[in-house]
Amino acid sequence: MEAKNLSIFSSRKSKSVTERTAAIILRICAIMSIVAVASITIYMVISGTPALFSQGFADILFNPVWNPTGKNPEFGILYIIITSIFGVAAAIVIGVPIGLLTAVYLSEIAQPRARTVVRSAVELLAGIPSVIYGLLGILIINPVMYDIERALFANDPNHQMTGGSNLLSAILVLAIMILPTLINISQTALEAVPDNFRKSSLALGASKIQTIFKVVIPAARNGILSAIVLGVGRAIGEAMAIVLVSGNSVNFPTPFASVRFLTTGIVTDFAYATGVHLDVLYTIGLVLFVFIIVINIVLTKVVKAGVANGK
Amino acid sequence: MANNSGDKELVRSANMRSIYDKKRRVSDTILNGLIHLSTGFALTIVLVILGYIAFRGVPELDFGYFINQTSILKNTVGILPNIINTLYMIVLTLLIAVPIGVGGAIYLNEYADGGRFVDLVSFTTEVLSGIPSIVYGLFGYLFFGIFMGLSYSILTGALTLAIMVLPLISRNTQVALDNVPNSYREAALGIGSTKWYMIRTVLLPSAIPGILTGIILAMGRVVAESAALIFTAGAVAKLPSSFFGHITTSGATLTIQLYFEMAKGNFDIAFVIAVVLMVIVLTLNFLARWISMRFDVNRIK
Repeated sequence: MEAKNLSIFSSRKSKSVTERTAAIILRICAIMSIVAVASITIYMVISGTPALFSQGFADILFNPVWNPTGKNPEFGILYIIITSIFGVAAAIVIGVPIGLLTAVYLSEIAQPRARTVVRSAVELLAGIPSVIYGLLGILIINPVMYDIERALFANDPNHQMTGGSNLLSAILVLAIMILPTLINISQTALEAVPDNFRKSSLALGASKIQTIFKVVIPAARNGILSAIVLGVGRAIGEAMAIVLVSGNSVNFPTPFASVRFLTTGIVTDFAYATGVHLDVLYTIGLVLFVFIIVINIVLTKVVKAGVANGK
Repeated sequence: MANNSGDKELVRSANMRSIYDKKRRVSDTILNGLIHLSTGFALTIVLVILGYIAFRGVPELDFGYFINQTSILKNTVGILPNIINTLYMIVLTLLIAVPIGVGGAIYLNEYADGGRFVDLVSFTTEVLSGIPSIVYGLFGYLFFGIFMGLSYSILTGALTLAIMVLPLISRNTQVALDNVPNSYREAALGIGSTKWYMIRTVLLPSAIPGILTGIILAMGRVVAESAALIFTAGAVAKLPSSFFGHITTSGATLTIQLYFEMAKGNFDIAFVIAVVLMVIVLTLNFLARWISMRFDVNRIK
């Protein structure tokens, strides 16, 4: 036989086999994220649509009555959807000013040491498990809410006492939970603003604060917008932190009502739901998934707009 | 870098000497106050969370919790099974996710030359990092639990979490690879190395700190995760009967146990678990910071 081992060409051949296998395996690894998103999409659609067809779109999506275990079961998730939208919007309204101003502090004002301290605090906030937020929510926020509730509705016979587990408590927990996302991404955006902008503004006689609010923040608005979009995504998908804090019965979202979010309904009912009830839970999952996909598309658009603006 | 921060100092001191600072603008004072107030608020929240957990949890700490499982027969309460389950979950998830995440990142950075494929992978990675954990939970239950027949088990949970942490690992690896100077690649290829050999012996060792940071962040995600595990890994808190067999049994991690205890109103044990979780989270945070400081190429040079 040929003396394979002596020829440099045969060794090159075996090397090129290794090379090609490596390239193929690595390509498969890269494809995995596409496969994952595709199969998640397929599974969510396959499992989420049967209920829509069997019960009718309007009877699920635009029906406020949720009574899955009654004699004539109804599976309306309208209030659940409204609660999620309303709760997330309120959490954003509370969280964005605090998050943005903290990011301004970190990027524009803080001295190195203070900066390190605040940054580690924010990183820690991001790492805290959501169940712990829930635990502190029911032990710190709910009692306070219950006191306020008793004071406000003392003479109102129509109000059903919730013991503090209401929409407002959930909004507060969500607003705190999205702070790290808002702060981190806004800070990156603010730091990306070229120093020339600041110098020019200061040279024209603007004070530091004027410079920040009239020059730096407008210049970073695309990054701040993506921070808000990501904050919305984080808030709408949060489940375990608010499941016990929000009360979890289906009501129109008024601040002191016990409410159910898209996520919390799945958590509490999944363990025992069967038949159509279970199918509707998958539909809720699908609604949530659609929200997230829309958010991601908006985000991609925002980032692209930022690039087109010459950032 | 040093030059840049010097510029900022200059701006700051120049601003201090500006004549406009003598004339106090009311709006400036108010806005400045709001900025500090917000930062103070964020700091206060962290302190309250840490303080309250320590205040309620530390007095409850008892060595017995860490060596026992909860059993009515033996009248013991303990979280040892949950600690073991959490460790299993971390190791298994990383075993699945790290090769795929690192491999995919290498392909995107070193092999692929732009185009729609790269765009698609970036977009899907973005989507993966945005999908709520509860949706992962539903998918994991349907796909790994029912379709693949793994039912409620630590393996089902780990497979689900592996998809979830994939973006963290691949993003960090990509950044780390980006930071390896091109001269390293050219030098290795120039002396006759093949591409894969160059990646294996030059690029990966240089990128290790960044990859490690990604892995630590992924560990943090696994430890903190609950919604994706409740339908996949299940709720059983029993000590393993066999080392490998434990993978296919249902097992509640620390976070899941914390959720059940808190739903049942057992706040004492819930706070013990909270303390353990916070210690883990803090340790991982310090570890990530230490690695990025210790191996920061810009600092060493």
